[in-house]
Amino acid sequence: MIQTDILIIGAGPCGLFTVFEAGLLKLRCHLIDALPQPGGQCAEIYPKKPIYDIPAYPSILAGELVDQLMEQAEPFKPGFTLGERAETIVKDDEDQFIVTTNRGTVHRAPIIAIAGGLGCFEPRKPPIANLADFEDKGVEYIIKDPEFYRGKRVVVSGGGDSALDWTIFLADGVASEVTLVHRRDGFRGHLDSVQKVMDLAEQGKVRLLTNAEVVGTEGDGKLETLTVKHKTEGEMSLETDHWVPLFGLSPKLGPIADWNLNISKNAIEVDTFDYSTNVPGIYAIGDINTYPGKLKLILCGFHEATLMVQSAFKRIYPDKNLVLKYTTVNGVAGF
Amino acid sequence: MSMIKVTVVDREGESHELDAPTDMGMNMMELCKSAELPVEGTCGGMAMCASCHMYLRSDHSLPEKSDDEEDMLDEAFHVTDESRLGCQIHLADDLDGLVVELAPVG
Repeated sequence: MIQTDILIIGAGPCGLFTVFEAGLLKLRCHLIDALPQPGGQCAEIYPKKPIYDIPAYPSILAGELVDQLMEQAEPFKPGFTLGERAETIVKDDEDQFIVTTNRGTVHRAPIIAIAGGLGCFEPRKPPIANLADFEDKGVEYIIKDPEFYRGKRVVVSGGGDSALDWTIFLADGVASEVTLVHRRDGFRGHLDSVQKVMDLAEQGKVRLLTNAEVVGTEGDGKLETLTVKHKTEGEMSLETDHWVPLFGLSPKLGPIADWNLNISKNAIEVDTFDYSTNVPGIYAIGDINTYPGKLKLILCGFHEATLMVQSAFKRIYPDKNLVLKYTTVNGVAGF
Repeated sequence: MSMIKVTVVDREGESHELDAPTDMGMNMMELCKSAELPVEGTCGGMAMCASCHMYLRSDHSLPEKSDDEEDMLDEAFHVTDESRLGCQIHLADDLDGLVVELAPVG
């Protein structure tokens, strides 16, 4: 079990800055994030995009901002549970929260700070009514172990790098048959990957179905047949063992929605005095919270994090008086 | 302030006529959000998430889709020839009377 002072759900900019502000108050932090790397949206969606409204940075790339925040947090030795989604929360008899992830990692802390942005990034699922019936029974949104597909017939959908890369990989003697289905002629992946897929199609190693999309899944207990709709030629059936739809990730509020927090329009309601939620000991900061006048800006999240840790300190140490110390006076003393 | 009228048909089929300023550098995603219509705009308008997918329902001629927009539509569903990303439709005087319909989510 991982014990800490403040358990931060979400390792985006706001969660990372919380580590620094908490560290100044000698509070230790641990972060959980569903993505495999810290940085949240900044790292996952737009690492190469410049941000212009971070105070004192006329321009900074989102990825650089994350690197800087990691460096700023480093003296305070944050712990990370990455690639796992915070699933359940319960309180133990010592007034501490126990948070367990989808992979069973258990965390314990007196304070929870939810800095979950727009939620957990999850694969986008095609809108097919009975799709859920075949999940892990032939339909996989993420390729975990390519060996799983050895000797099998596989259909891949999507037009980005992951669809192209896996098509190339699976066609290289792994799967017995590989079909790539894409809604248009053009692909958005790296040019050399696109060329490679075209070459494989020409050599008959990949079946390429463009201007087409998978619109139906059928099978008895497991996936057996896909219905593919072509833009001009109508529908056809495709026998297969696996279908791997690769349409990127999108954020979902996820299990947090079931944590008995007051939620309005997919955001957690907080008191702007200290960004506390309706559950004492649980705070929400950054894009995931809402209050009158809320602006979803990184700089506002930093402010919220700073005020939140003051309140968290008083909750952990009700008898200690807190004096605001300026980093210019004392520097940054890490753990 | 320069204003145009724009109609947004929501996912229940209800039409919302909106006053849209053309001198604020706004796009259709932002206009829908400011009118509290159910458009996420997850990435903030960089054509990087496809959560503002909508259909052009009037005969206005919009600028051609950029590669970024076309690429991002690959990650959306229910894509048709009328599909656009709202964040890439910049409000301008020649869009007076524009009609769009929000695409289904998921």
